[in-house]
Amino acid sequence: MGLEGIGARVVRKEDKRFLTGKGRYTDDMTVPGMKYAFFVRSAHAHARIVSIDTSAAKDMPGIIDILGGKELQADGIGNLICGWMIHSKDGSPMKMGAWRPLAHETVRYVGDAIAIVVADSLAEARDAAEAVVVEYDVLPAVTQASRALEAGQPQIHPEASNNLIFDWQLGDADSTDAAVARAAHVTEMKIVNNRLSPNPMEPRATLGIYDEAEDHYTCYTTSQNPHVARLVMSAFYNVAPENKLRVIAPDVGGGFGSKIYIYPEEIVCLWASKKTGVPVKWTSDRTEAFLTDAHGRDHETTVKMAFDADHRIIGLKVDTIANIGAYMSLFSSATPTYLYATLLSGQYDIPAIHANVRAVYTNTAPVDAYRGAGRPEATYVMERTMETAARELGIAPAELRRKNFIRSFPHQTPVIMNYDAGDFEASLNAALAASDYAGFPARKAEAATRGMKRGIGMSCYIEACGIAPSAAVGSLGAGVGLWESAEVRVNAVGTIEVLTGSHSHGQGHETTFAQLIADRFGVSMDSVNIVHGDTDKVQMGMGTYGSRSGAVGMSAIVKALDKVEAKAKKIAAHLMEADESDIVIENGELKVAGTDKTLPWFQVALAAYTAHNLPSGMEPGLKETAFYDPSNFTFPAGCYICEVEVDPETGKTQIVQFVAADDFGNIINPMIVEGQVHGGIAQGIGQALLEAVHYDPANGQLITASYMDYAMPRADDLPSFQVSHQTTPCPSNPLGIKGCGEAGAIGSPPALINAITDAIGNNELNMPATPQKVWLAANAAH
Amino acid sequence: MYATNYHRASSVQDALALKSSTDETKYLSGGMTLIATMKQRLAAPSDLVDLRHVADMKGITVSGRSVHLGAGTTHYDVSASAALKSVCPAICHLASHIGDPHVRHMGTIGGSVANNDPAADYPAALLALDAVIVTDRRQISAAEFFTGLFETALEEDEIVTAVTFEAPEKAGYSKFANPASRYAMTGVFVAKGAGGVRVAVTGAGADGVFRHAGLEQALSANWSPEAVAGVTVDSSNLMADIHASAEYRANLVKVMAKRAVAAA
Repeated sequence: MGLEGIGARVVRKEDKRFLTGKGRYTDDMTVPGMKYAFFVRSAHAHARIVSIDTSAAKDMPGIIDILGGKELQADGIGNLICGWMIHSKDGSPMKMGAWRPLAHETVRYVGDAIAIVVADSLAEARDAAEAVVVEYDVLPAVTQASRALEAGQPQIHPEASNNLIFDWQLGDADSTDAAVARAAHVTEMKIVNNRLSPNPMEPRATLGIYDEAEDHYTCYTTSQNPHVARLVMSAFYNVAPENKLRVIAPDVGGGFGSKIYIYPEEIVCLWASKKTGVPVKWTSDRTEAFLTDAHGRDHETTVKMAFDADHRIIGLKVDTIANIGAYMSLFSSATPTYLYATLLSGQYDIPAIHANVRAVYTNTAPVDAYRGAGRPEATYVMERTMETAARELGIAPAELRRKNFIRSFPHQTPVIMNYDAGDFEASLNAALAASDYAGFPARKAEAATRGMKRGIGMSCYIEACGIAPSAAVGSLGAGVGLWESAEVRVNAVGTIEVLTGSHSHGQGHETTFAQLIADRFGVSMDSVNIVHGDTDKVQMGMGTYGSRSGAVGMSAIVKALDKVEAKAKKIAAHLMEADESDIVIENGELKVAGTDKTLPWFQVALAAYTAHNLPSGMEPGLKETAFYDPSNFTFPAGCYICEVEVDPETGKTQIVQFVAADDFGNIINPMIVEGQVHGGIAQGIGQALLEAVHYDPANGQLITASYMDYAMPRADDLPSFQVSHQTTPCPSNPLGIKGCGEAGAIGSPPALINAITDAIGNNELNMPATPQKVWLAANAAH
Repeated sequence: MYATNYHRASSVQDALALKSSTDETKYLSGGMTLIATMKQRLAAPSDLVDLRHVADMKGITVSGRSVHLGAGTTHYDVSASAALKSVCPAICHLASHIGDPHVRHMGTIGGSVANNDPAADYPAALLALDAVIVTDRRQISAAEFFTGLFETALEEDEIVTAVTFEAPEKAGYSKFANPASRYAMTGVFVAKGAGGVRVAVTGAGADGVFRHAGLEQALSANWSPEAVAGVTVDSSNLMADIHASAEYRANLVKVMAKRAVAAA
């Protein structure tokens, strides 16, 4: 692998600028004449707008203009869309209501944007926004999805009767019902997956610039997928045609899914820039982020897991109500369906599965993919139920899982997925050994002498990354293909630029992608630049989410490298008068195998550009592009074991050990992968122990609108993680990569809750396991 | 933040003069609550009079068991004072767990008691220590000083200049932190001194900091963690929010009292 090649622990190239405060984020962008935007937002969860009076506000100092939804609509700017069509089981298409970038008729959640104020300074924009008088006719609001389905609840969109967007199913209901009916044992649970706020360190921001002379728009934005942003803003929102709209996502400080989507602010700032004739910048403050960033999770589920007398799972029936929020965000329909129910076979050979999912409008912020996106919800259902079943059946949790593991691949599940590779027992055994599972009873007894309740829990997760084969997702309703593109430019002196449609917002692509080039050509990483995030530089790409940049993005680079290598070998063979098939690339040189003939890489590159002596008919230059469409999803899997001590007097949980054993296929940079696992587990622990979005059910006001009430994990909430890797290379892509960005957040919540419920002897505990909830559950157990 | 005028006071008299000459003026000490509130536009004083540069309001003096804490003394200085630690380590321990290092190096004891946040730590200590709050014009006992949620006995322009108390024979503080804010969801300060046993609770009372008679009686009879077990804590006048019900806080009052005695 060399010092910089695949498998090397290379320090991240991008960290110097990040750690010295030299990153360039959207809010750092300043252009001449730039003005500042502040949005007037709904103070109510549900109301008809009677009138909007901006007259006094417009006269305030520094105000350029105040614009509203009527003007936006008159200019032909379209409503926001959801890009994945789901059909209900009766065949009808999902019932999508209108999401106007600026509401002028009805507001449907606290924070719904109503008007944009553009001013010389942010303070003046805020002052004027406070002077905009919005008269509301306040309507009743509903925040919980199951409640929104009940008769007599507020109707949020006229299109969706009883707030039901779709009633979708996957799998076979009859065979699953039959399995449940004949089962020797059925474990039934009601499971809530709590609503989360994504909390990237950098809040969303956008800078819209309209150039009247060129009739051209530039949009700086905090996006995980700038090309998709340009596509959607052009094709659906009518902001500008693609050739007149450049989208740049510079350094982006974390996304976790929340920066996949196109929000009203990007659209409105671009439009407002044209209306006002000045560049318009908006940066979210933290409370706006809590109010308007797409939330994650929020499922209410009933699950029945049916076992035969030999403890084999013979059927799984799942009924889920998914809270979509007030509007359908870009991929909100895919997250609780094809990213969720397709993983309900877990690591287990289950002959019959049926999932029913109802998606529901409520008067809350839109809900969409958040780190894991559907797979954490599926894993939480599966792994809490498995652990509870083991307790009910009186057998060891590891043994119940072992008995039901899938052991041969490929394996077709009853819920679409075809697992291509895996060794679930290897990760389970590694985790059992690393956690000294066998020694747990002694540790529990010792803890009891200190008055502490010690518990242990596990989670054997599988997830799907590398999204996704375009034809497959197209057949399931996706509005886009999920391939990736790459362009490899070898410069005349041999340095290399790689332009990728993937987008790095913390993943370290500038390092790992360069390692791939260093590995392939034996050149130094320092001679390789990774270019991303600018639609004027990079050809069409699909961006980064779903742990796809390694499995899909790097596969596209490999395809382009194959073409570059083939051409370079042709040139070298010509120059050294050898046969093309005898040329090998080693340590930055092209050699004729078995001879001492050699050409440095840079000389071949130079020859390609001088073009003085190329093979007959060859075009000059050394630059190739590729599009890679994956043949399958990839399936990272692993086993997490968590050990806790619960203070029975206060209900406070301390995590005393956390073991992760993951199979991500081949690994480019183990240090970066471990960082992803650490971060993912920290977010999973955040969900399981601390985090929850609370709305006041009476009026839809957001209670957790700051860090005073929204509990994020801190360093002292977390243990030191013990991480190991087991490797079954992925057979579905050239590098054998599966993906590692979300596994930690997917696998960890059930392991932690299983440990706490073990400690307190009560299986009924919902996330987050706050001290109060654990104290109540522990007391209820006696 | 709205526009505001900043004034730096050089003395207590200077501060009083500046306050009387301007409208809607607030005194500023460490600013750990006020500045954050202003940034959220929830407070909008026309003027700020900065007390942080008044030399007379700073410093810790311990003579015998008498303790004098200047109002402008930071939490860090309280936590790190060897002289204070030798007579009342419990208050050093309390100060070392307020906020984070940034807050402890900016926030002051005077600012904290004048703000009287119902989840702040110092009010419990001052009430249990039977401390005296010294102002520019009088001395107020802690029992008289803390009057309700964010309410004190201070007059509009009155300045807290110092806090004094007699170090007790024994004292301890135990707090259960709110998982989000890390303020006290319940904090209990116990003190045993010449005046008997005093137990003060912060973070839990619906009306702010309060003394608990049942705990004081039990600990007067038997100063030991076990003595707390038989005490009943009534939840009817306790706070409830998304983090903790009144019943759960009632439990925490007992548990924290027990641990405070154990730590004393």
